[in-house]
Amino acid sequence: MSGAPYLDMLRWLAPEVLLAVTAGVVLFVDLGLARSRPLQFRSRLAGGLTVLGMLAGLAWLCQVPIVARWGGGILALGPLTSVVKGVLVGLTVLTVLIAMGSDPPPHVGEFYALMVLATVGMCLMVSSREMLMIFLALELTSLCLYVLTAFQPRNPGAVRAALQYFLFGSVASAFLLFGFSLWYGLCGSTGLADVAAALRARGLDPLAGVALVMVITGLGFKVAAVPFHLWAPETYRGAPTPVAALIAAGSKVASFVLLAQVLGVGLDAVAGSAAWGGWRSGWMPVAAVLAVGSMAWGNLAALVQDDVKRLLAYSAIAHGGYLIVGLFAVVQPADHGLGVSAMVYYLATYGLTLVGAFGVISVLERQGVGSRFADLAGLSRRSPLLAGCWLVLLLSLAGIPPLAGFFGKFYVFTMAVAAGGGDLGLLWLVVVAILFSAVSLYYYLKALKPVFVQPPTASAAPLRITLTEGIALGVIVAAVVLLGVLPGWIVDGVLEAVQAQSWLSN
Amino acid sequence: MLAWTLYVSFAGAAVLACLPRRRAAAARWLALGVALLGAVFALAGVSEHKPGAGLETITRLPWIPFLGADYHLAVDGISVTLILLTAVAAVAGILFSWNIEERVPAFFAFYLALIGGVYGVFLSCDLLLLFVFYEIAIIPKYFLIAIWGSTRKEYGAMKLALYSFGGSALVLVGIIAAFVVAAQQTGVATFSIEALSRVAFPAAFQRWAFPVVFVGFAILAGLWPFHTWAPTGHVAAPTGASMLLAGVVMKLGAYGCLRVAMGLFPAGLEVWRGAFAVLAVVGIVYGALAALVQRDFKFVIGYSSVSHMGFVLLGLMTLNEIGVSGAVLQMFSHGVIAGLLFGVVGRMVYDRTHTRDLSELEGLRLSRALPFAAVTFVIASAASMGLPGFSGFVAELQVLVGSWRAFPAAALVAGVGIVVGVAYLLRALQSAFFTDDPGFAGGAGVAVGSGSRGVLGSVSMPERVGAVLLMAVTLAVGLYPRWLLDWIVPAVHSMLEGLGRGGVS
Repeated sequence: MSGAPYLDMLRWLAPEVLLAVTAGVVLFVDLGLARSRPLQFRSRLAGGLTVLGMLAGLAWLCQVPIVARWGGGILALGPLTSVVKGVLVGLTVLTVLIAMGSDPPPHVGEFYALMVLATVGMCLMVSSREMLMIFLALELTSLCLYVLTAFQPRNPGAVRAALQYFLFGSVASAFLLFGFSLWYGLCGSTGLADVAAALRARGLDPLAGVALVMVITGLGFKVAAVPFHLWAPETYRGAPTPVAALIAAGSKVASFVLLAQVLGVGLDAVAGSAAWGGWRSGWMPVAAVLAVGSMAWGNLAALVQDDVKRLLAYSAIAHGGYLIVGLFAVVQPADHGLGVSAMVYYLATYGLTLVGAFGVISVLERQGVGSRFADLAGLSRRSPLLAGCWLVLLLSLAGIPPLAGFFGKFYVFTMAVAAGGGDLGLLWLVVVAILFSAVSLYYYLKALKPVFVQPPTASAAPLRITLTEGIALGVIVAAVVLLGVLPGWIVDGVLEAVQAQSWLSN
Repeated sequence: MLAWTLYVSFAGAAVLACLPRRRAAAARWLALGVALLGAVFALAGVSEHKPGAGLETITRLPWIPFLGADYHLAVDGISVTLILLTAVAAVAGILFSWNIEERVPAFFAFYLALIGGVYGVFLSCDLLLLFVFYEIAIIPKYFLIAIWGSTRKEYGAMKLALYSFGGSALVLVGIIAAFVVAAQQTGVATFSIEALSRVAFPAAFQRWAFPVVFVGFAILAGLWPFHTWAPTGHVAAPTGASMLLAGVVMKLGAYGCLRVAMGLFPAGLEVWRGAFAVLAVVGIVYGALAALVQRDFKFVIGYSSVSHMGFVLLGLMTLNEIGVSGAVLQMFSHGVIAGLLFGVVGRMVYDRTHTRDLSELEGLRLSRALPFAAVTFVIASAASMGLPGFSGFVAELQVLVGSWRAFPAAALVAGVGIVVGVAYLLRALQSAFFTDDPGFAGGAGVAVGSGSRGVLGSVSMPERVGAVLLMAVTLAVGLYPRWLLDWIVPAVHSMLEGLGRGGVS
């Protein structure tokens, strides 16, 4: 690739470049100019700069995007990738706003710079169509997140969580890399399009099958699908709350997009089938097993949790299961992009909801309220606004209309059934998903009960919400309600984008 | 006009949710005002609707164009009847909730959100929209019971919410499958109930889709053996919420069965109607027998709801004009009568005596302490037994005549259910109000009676107004049922014609 036009790359990846520059500026300003100031001031300054830089990147993404492929198909750019990147940057902006309200971390500049760099990695994941680039982007995000998880060094839980996350993540990367190298050996190329062509010619021979399982295992760790989910609950609980939000929302969204790309772009030839009574080997049966496992274990394990963060972790695992069901719709080329738009809608609204839920927990934590159910008692008296946010967000996760979580599930499930064809081959998977989602209402109501039903326990002092937290939560709750009532706002845009740039062929 | 019932209810709920906790009186009057305004809109809208005009569109806007879902509100004679019921039940329920003292604005906010969802279901003519409103109604029920309820309230609330959500999960499976099959068969993506009911779904598909959707809705209608949420939920709920649960929420289920399950899958209905008729009859008799042995006064009424809703489901399964019209009339009638019974038991008696145990009530001589409650309960139980002159008589008679034509054996067994119904109501009436306990005979009894009158406090004005309203409605419908039947029968007629085209004999 020596002849690759790097200038073009810089131009087309301008939003990512802008983010990387923002990270540098934040570090410079914080460490160089504001070092002697109080921590609170530094947090506001660095956070403010981060938000400004990311909003500038977001504005750039909203420009009319070009459809382009760079370096012989290493990177793909177009309206669809821009929409997804916009979602990712938006999620990080909201996370940063929430982080600005929480207790400032000891190393302010590094904290925000790492968050921005993690976002750069996520954006690159969305554009990558080549195995090495995918790996680099994934590692950029992962390394930033490992460090961020351990960012409260005096909290022993954080160190343990970070170590666990790091060990699991490294093993996942090793699996992924091994799978990629096998593919490279089979195909002689690192481009996903070449892999697809080679697999189409060879079919699913044992070696390709091993590589397939390796890759799915590696990515399965990243999206916390059962049985590769073990790191998630501990990491969510131990990490600083805004970082947990970033892991649960942004990183998960990006990983899912990546999974859809690898499976759709690279593996369409070896999809197989998971239709009822018509299983054929390929990635689809594997994905079906992961989906059922995630939905079953995520929802059942969530039933017995008594800590909100662990509850959200298991609920995130369950939502991962629903999203894997959505993968079946994404690779359906004949539906005019409806499957892709369903996935993007689900990812965007799910990410928003989780950032919001962790945001509420962050507001509570700052004022000394723990994350166990008992600590939430009487929240509706201490802060009706916060309780209202919690109600909307959890009901959205449970899939109650008219909130976004309902339409996301409905749309993804409908498209998955449609992808199964006229004989409803995939209906069994959707039936499993819907039944487990009925189970999930139990634990969401259990997390709402102390807030609204029980009286406050010891201290009943009213709770305060800072300006940035208020902005973030306000935007999130408004979006969850409005997008739920009028899903066309986001879906129409995605459908237009898909017309211009097919996710799969590019 | 009718669409405004929906909007004012949700707007009222939103305003009440923002009202500070201590503005209890303002919240009560605001809620009553909103419910009355809704009733005015309902009456005005209904009077615009000509009987026999078929499905009349009120509003139709594109909502989710890429899936073919519209914001489509439309009514026919069946929905008009149920909207009127909702308006009456909403006003009466607020009057019977006047004594709620704790977190009053929040109570009425949840209450009106529930009412809004119910109006929405009865108005929707789009499958997705109907489902959205159907689910909106679940969450307020949970909080109404869990926060303001009594006996085992958190258990009852959770059970109710999970049964409802489980039922709607089944419905959702059916909706998605029907949408996909219809889209692939006709090439048009649509959620319009009208359009979908014209689609000839494959018979094999209907054979499993019909029971899934029907049971999904019928769980909320108290279909035996999925009825167990109903008695516990009704007992745990605060009075106003029990009145709504029994009065209108159970009708949501029956309405869904009629409009969606039966309307979309006539061939499946043909296969399964015998089986569901049997379940309905079992429900009638089981509910009545269970009511006969309860010690808790409210459980008696809770099980009687299961029994009476059995008549609705039985009527639907007859598939003849008189039986189905009877079922719709029974929905209206039971909504009013159950509201009245729960009002007496939950508000007039329990909130004063703090016991619902029939053996404890025996000693209190309530007929003297609370004469108004006793009179109301006598009238309500007469209506509930199906005495001529009350709405229950007309409705259950029609259902029985209809089922005599379709399933003669079922009609006989259901008749037994009516007899048992008389027995449990008389037993409850006797124990709670008219026991002549020898220990309290003569002057002592009067002394206790007058003593407890002072302790218990007389029946307040809001209760009286609410009770008189409900009694007047059940009497009016009982004496002049054509008032409603003129709307119901043509709508049922055209609906059955549609089913006939779909292959039902």
